[in-house]
Amino acid sequence: MIATMFQEAWHAMGANRLRSFLTMLGMMIGVAAVIMMLAIGQGAQYSVDQSIASMGSNLFIVLSGSTTSGGLRLGTGATPTLTTADAEAIGELPSIAAVAPVAPGSAQVVYGSNNWNTMVTGTTPGYLEVRDWSVHSGYPFTDSDVRSAARVVLLGRTVVQNLFGEVDPIGKTIRIKQSPFLVIGVLTPKGQSLNGQDQDDAALIPVTTAQRKLFGSQFPGTVRFIMAQANSPQAMPSAERDMTQLLRQRHHLPERTDNDFDVRNLTALANAAAQTTRVMSIMLGAIASVSLLVGGIGIMNIMLVSVTERTREIGIRVAIGARERDVRTQFLLEAIIISLLGCVVGVALGVGAAVAANFVASVPVVITGAAVLLAFFVATSVGVFFGFYPANKAARLKPIDALRYQ
Amino acid sequence: MAQASLIGTERLCKQYETAAGPMPVLRDVNLAIARGEFVAIMGPSGSGKSTFMNILGCLDLPTSGRYTLDGRDVSTLDSDELARLRNRVIGFVFQGYNLLPRATLAENVALPLLYAGAPRDLRSDRALELLEQVGLARYATYMPNQISGGEQQRVAIARALANRPQLILADEPTGNLDTKTSHEIMQQLVRLNAEEHITIVLVTHESDIATFAKRLVRFVDGRIIHDGGVSVATLEAAPA
Repeated sequence: MIATMFQEAWHAMGANRLRSFLTMLGMMIGVAAVIMMLAIGQGAQYSVDQSIASMGSNLFIVLSGSTTSGGLRLGTGATPTLTTADAEAIGELPSIAAVAPVAPGSAQVVYGSNNWNTMVTGTTPGYLEVRDWSVHSGYPFTDSDVRSAARVVLLGRTVVQNLFGEVDPIGKTIRIKQSPFLVIGVLTPKGQSLNGQDQDDAALIPVTTAQRKLFGSQFPGTVRFIMAQANSPQAMPSAERDMTQLLRQRHHLPERTDNDFDVRNLTALANAAAQTTRVMSIMLGAIASVSLLVGGIGIMNIMLVSVTERTREIGIRVAIGARERDVRTQFLLEAIIISLLGCVVGVALGVGAAVAANFVASVPVVITGAAVLLAFFVATSVGVFFGFYPANKAARLKPIDALRYQ
Repeated sequence: MAQASLIGTERLCKQYETAAGPMPVLRDVNLAIARGEFVAIMGPSGSGKSTFMNILGCLDLPTSGRYTLDGRDVSTLDSDELARLRNRVIGFVFQGYNLLPRATLAENVALPLLYAGAPRDLRSDRALELLEQVGLARYATYMPNQISGGEQQRVAIARALANRPQLILADEPTGNLDTKTSHEIMQQLVRLNAEEHITIVLVTHESDIATFAKRLVRFVDGRIIHDGGVSVATLEAAPA
């Protein structure tokens, strides 16, 4: 019975092809917009999530604080108050899983006839743990390398590509600011950070080597900042409290004076960024849904016209025994067919547009089966919802009025 | 009304609400039609004969009074039960044929079977059998607008017979046809009445069509003024 009614609905649509197509067009555009917006929103979310994951989890960054000298307030990090010893002390705290002091600097690196400017980071083996980073080939440097201020280096992929090309860099010697360094490992590629920096454009060396042999500071033993990882997301507030307390004690700060350092919760910042993207993608979806709604209203409009035009046909059907529900099913089926067909074409259009956007403008897009399913579900619901009123109107026609209608 | 009657009406009234107040169309109509009868209903325009037919066909409801069809009081039935009566007990033949223009003849004939819930194979077999019966099997896949009016009316009769009804209601079935075709259609109804014992109620304003019936009911101003045999005398007494 349903199969026959389906066939009849199909015929009815074929009777007025242009109109059926235009009605469908509303659905197509709506669905295509939803699919495309979801793809772009989820793409943005995906790249943000990737960046967050590449940053490391439950992360704090401790910066040396601001200072006031002769009424002139200097910014964060102006006074080098943090030392590798502070980092070691933080590492002893029970709420902290890993810690790494960071003494970075920009330097020219040279191998043979190639040279490249990169960020050279002096740190400890803990850095890889904190940043959730691993060594792709070769070995990381060790605590004893740090103690002996060894001239060893781990290179990011971008540096390797620029200095070595296809050559295996492990065991080769490069020069950083004229000093020779032995390449002992290559880092796993990480991609872009949240603010768009290439995280693979990096070289890691022992912090002691950086302090003593490369960047030589007027405050020996200090570092620019310390990265620390809490045990768990739940441990983050207590870790922040513990670190603050510890550093105030170590820096002999009397009560009621400001901290000479600054503890920042990086994960919270990153989550805020992720939240922003999420809100953005929901907004995109919501805006696109409006066009779906408009498409639905288009269906309702046409179905109402169709019911009026076919009043006599409804009368004939009722006279030969169609029940109210038969008439209702017939018109509902038409509405559903229009929405579903519109949806199929709309999905194809939306996926095509998203892929094109990715190809032409390199916008990150993610198309999930869930999004497509959602589109189908919503389109069917729209068909049923907006088809119901006209279908019910048709079913409720008085037989005699319908039959007399000219 | 005797239980043996197929159709029984008791003090049947119908009035329409108009701006000028209620306008009665049927006044206290009492009529019994037994199984196997062939009744012609005549009357001038506005006499209420069409309204009466619509009530008999469960397409319209009376304002008051009782209408019993096949032993059931129609006023107590819900819309699904009324649809079932129209589908199984009654077959309609209209003046304007009322075929679905976008369906083939076979599909048109099979439509009542669809609403009766018959499976697809049975529907198409029965549709062909019925078209055969009215001599149009070779046109099964034609559209209604590809055949003549008389042929369309024969298709409509085939459709009316689909669920083997007890009653055929024919509302001016020959109104749009020439005399020769009209008589062919009437012969068909006479044969159905005689051979298959289907009760037929026919509305017409043509005396020569009415003569095919065995009983004549004449309406004037919503009342039955004549109920009896069909003879040339009664037909000429008050021409419709």
